[in-house]
Amino acid sequence: MKKERVLMKGNEAVAYGALDAGCLCYFGYPITPQNEIPEMLSALLPDAGGHFVQAESEVGAINMLIGAGACGVAAMVSSSSCGISLMQEGLSFMAGSHIPGVVVNMTRGGPGLGDISPSQGDYFQAVKGGGHGDHRNLVLAPSTVQECYDFMFRAFALAFTYANPVMILGDAVVGQIKEPARRIPPKGALSPGKLRLLSRGWRIEGFGARGKNGQPRLLKSVYLAEGALAERNRILIQKYADMRKEARCEIEDTDDAELVVVAFGSIGRIARSVIRELRAGGRRIGLFRPLTLYPFPDAALRELAPGRRFLVLEQNAGQMVEDVRLALEGRARVFWHGVMPGLFIGANELEAPILAAFGEN
Amino acid sequence: MPEYKDVIMAGFGGQGVLLIGNLLAQAGMEYGLEVSFIPVYGVEMRGGTANCTVVLDTRPIGSPLVYRPLSTIVLNEPSLTKFQPRLREGGVQIVNASLIDKSLLDASLSSVYLPANGMAQKLGNSKLANMVALGAWLRATGALPLKVVQKALKHVVSVHYARLISANSAALEAGYNFS
Repeated sequence: MKKERVLMKGNEAVAYGALDAGCLCYFGYPITPQNEIPEMLSALLPDAGGHFVQAESEVGAINMLIGAGACGVAAMVSSSSCGISLMQEGLSFMAGSHIPGVVVNMTRGGPGLGDISPSQGDYFQAVKGGGHGDHRNLVLAPSTVQECYDFMFRAFALAFTYANPVMILGDAVVGQIKEPARRIPPKGALSPGKLRLLSRGWRIEGFGARGKNGQPRLLKSVYLAEGALAERNRILIQKYADMRKEARCEIEDTDDAELVVVAFGSIGRIARSVIRELRAGGRRIGLFRPLTLYPFPDAALRELAPGRRFLVLEQNAGQMVEDVRLALEGRARVFWHGVMPGLFIGANELEAPILAAFGEN
Repeated sequence: MPEYKDVIMAGFGGQGVLLIGNLLAQAGMEYGLEVSFIPVYGVEMRGGTANCTVVLDTRPIGSPLVYRPLSTIVLNEPSLTKFQPRLREGGVQIVNASLIDKSLLDASLSSVYLPANGMAQKLGNSKLANMVALGAWLRATGALPLKVVQKALKHVVSVHYARLISANSAALEAGYNFS
């Protein structure tokens, strides 16, 4: 494992992170701005004894992920927005069948075919299900290249712990930015062997794998008998409740803050630059950056509510702001500013809305 | 924040702005700084304009994107038109005199006006204009020692072009010594 800092793209860090976390299979179909992920894994995985398959379509890719996950194999797909839309049926089937898998979405602008520039327009799709039924993905939102690497370990661990799909939600900035990163497994990372062990209780192993009298296993999402689906959904809902303890966030400079900016991913880090400058000018502003979007770190946010105002910054027409309002339960004033998809923005463009919410201008 | 530096590098696709952006980021990292590099291109990749932003800092970098840069390297006229109005007060722009008319320069700004293509040609390869310009930028901003950037060349230039490293290094030096 290389310990020195290496300059790499976010997409490259995703590929290295997947490999180092023990991913054995990649399935996908090319789309900008995430093509470095399949490009790199097409070389890295076969060399490591894994498999790379360029699927015939995104629908093919997600169904291959179902197959690998059902067998307890650490596997992933990656795509961007419209490709992820095509995978929603499979994601719902995975959630319904208790099948793990990691899905990376380097979001592009939408709706429709949109463009290839940064956007956070897929928040709802990622966080609110996307597929049909009471289906939830665990969703992680990296904002740096190092996080792209580190979060892959967490994604596989969560996928196998909960037997559920996990989504990494990035965008064109997160995927295309180059920064130094270290290829060192983050603290608490599971070894590939331990990951595999987590699937002992449910994976499909083939006839006789559990001895002569072993019961066959069936992973399915169809429950037609009276009451069977209700029972299934009770189990799923309990699982989603258990996931709540996985909520994570990064909180910066909020102790004295009158205004807390809530932003994730690329906008979260861009906002940090503005906040630093404004704090240097004596304005008491803090940053709350959700690292998990589902589960949303609502308890941590609610704790900050007394005496503070909140401003949600996101690159869409208003999506995460709904979760912020739900989390705060009316205990604090919430402002919102949206940056439109299709724009590469600098810190300066966030200054005016932050000042306005702070009470200036 | 005196340690903080940022630069937008822009030119025609093929002029090598992404290469010098990568080189600067790599050198900054090797020097022990926090760095970020982000390219902005897409449908305009071939024949159109390409640009990238590099940020160097002693602290973890927030925004990798900069709308109003502290410095620019502009290798062609459309890039000057686009980025000169955005340059911060007190900033500096490195302007390629070989392709940009002097009358377009905003006299209220600090500019290093050097014939990057002509100087590169004298060194035997007009494709080295990007390195000449980066050398001039290093001198003008004092962001990194020239030697650190020259040393980083071997990690950025692909093995296939390794024989051109010394020429690239000479071009950086020529730009650095331009006055």
